[in-house]
Amino acid sequence: MQISRSARNDTTFFVPPPSSNLVSGSRLERVLKAGRFAVTAELNPPDSADPQAVYDRALVLATVCDAINATDASGAHCHMSSVSMCALLTRAGYEPIYQISCRDRNRIAIQGDVLGAAAMGVKNVLCLTGDGVQAGDQPEAKPVFDLDSLTLLRTVRIMRDAGQFLSGRKLDVPPRVFVGAAENPFAPPFDFRPLRLQKKWQAGAEFIQTQYCFDIARLREFMQRVVDLGLHEKLYILVGVGPLRSARVAEWMRTNVPGVHIPDTMVERLRGAENQAREGKKLCIELIQQVREIPGVRGVHVMAYRQEELVAEIIDEAGLLPRVTEKDLARR
Amino acid sequence: MYDATHNALAPFQRWLKPRGSVEKTFIVAEEITKGALFNCQMCGQCVLHSTGMTCPMNCPKNLRNGPCGGVRANGHCEIIPEMRCVWVQAWERSRAMPEYGNEILNVLPPVNRRLQNTSAWINEFTGIAQKNPAGWIGVNEILMRDANVISSGARNLAADNADFSLRSK
Repeated sequence: MQISRSARNDTTFFVPPPSSNLVSGSRLERVLKAGRFAVTAELNPPDSADPQAVYDRALVLATVCDAINATDASGAHCHMSSVSMCALLTRAGYEPIYQISCRDRNRIAIQGDVLGAAAMGVKNVLCLTGDGVQAGDQPEAKPVFDLDSLTLLRTVRIMRDAGQFLSGRKLDVPPRVFVGAAENPFAPPFDFRPLRLQKKWQAGAEFIQTQYCFDIARLREFMQRVVDLGLHEKLYILVGVGPLRSARVAEWMRTNVPGVHIPDTMVERLRGAENQAREGKKLCIELIQQVREIPGVRGVHVMAYRQEELVAEIIDEAGLLPRVTEKDLARR
Repeated sequence: MYDATHNALAPFQRWLKPRGSVEKTFIVAEEITKGALFNCQMCGQCVLHSTGMTCPMNCPKNLRNGPCGGVRANGHCEIIPEMRCVWVQAWERSRAMPEYGNEILNVLPPVNRRLQNTSAWINEFTGIAQKNPAGWIGVNEILMRDANVISSGARNLAADNADFSLRSK
């Protein structure tokens, strides 16, 4: 691979922060680097120009998690943009994880938004490829995909660590952000997935949030490979979990939501239950407890589309409360 | 082999310019040969070695660094359900490539969109295809970064891990 001249001359990049030094100072980063089990949750953006909709949902999540993911038109459905949601959240004192998808914006727009987000106090970003436009309700739109998740990861790291744009043009103040990526251990090609995770680390990822986990056996296999590769010491891995409301919803999700794999046994268990919603919640709590036992897992990421109250209950009943206090973190 | 070709072509450098008159011939030749073999999309910067000889530009998301998370359980594409995922194929084929198989593990730079519909062969020869964005930082530096972490941060890292095993619940 060719090394550009400006990169070769840039010595700042060669003095990286050791793993225990803080790069962004975000709560998520501090919790993870203090060796505590982290909890993040997803905030689904409103179809509204009213900021109160964001505040109401954030209020429910704020006390039960360490950082709130602001999704970027997930499933290719248009909602309030993730960067503006992050602006509202930081303004109210919450800690967002700014999700960036490559589907809708090219490299020029993305780099500008990373700077803007950091200026507004965003300290975590999650670099995603993004679902295809066909998954949404405006499939006629032009898919962009100028960068992919790995080149996006490296771009953010270049901005942060080398203090420059992709063009080499210098930044006055680089964005101090904790950089994350996603991985889906439940989609083929299964034996490539751990190596792809390694590629994401090489591209610059520091933490990982996985796709919904419903198949604990598959996750164990994946994590075994991850540990064999030593990646559990290089990346903070948070496993994605979420409740299923009913067998019908499970069926719908696995056919319509890209990348979600739900084993038949799980659907059957839901179908056989008297109260499917309660069973779904119980299943999710059980999964969290199993996930916590897997070596290399450093946290969970709880997702439930527009059911923030349910997310809070699950985190509580899974025994993940109270969250570590700022005082505890400061003591370290 | 590559060097030999390069040297043999060197005297003709004058004609082998991007957007030159000879390029049209190359483009047609590439469209016919690579089109038939790899369903080439003429991105102008061939990376078949790193992708198990599977053209990654056939991926509807143009992914050059591996599969997205949307691959269906049957190994088909999230966007075009009747098509097998380009990266499922790429991974399988790379496993059968003794020499270049592990190049699939390299992190590739962003695509240069200006090279669309130009000749990858000429771009390779002139070096344009290998030219990354000026601010791009390559794998070598990342490896140096790791070396640094290991040497300067080894103690911290060890302390961190010890701490983690004690405190994580």
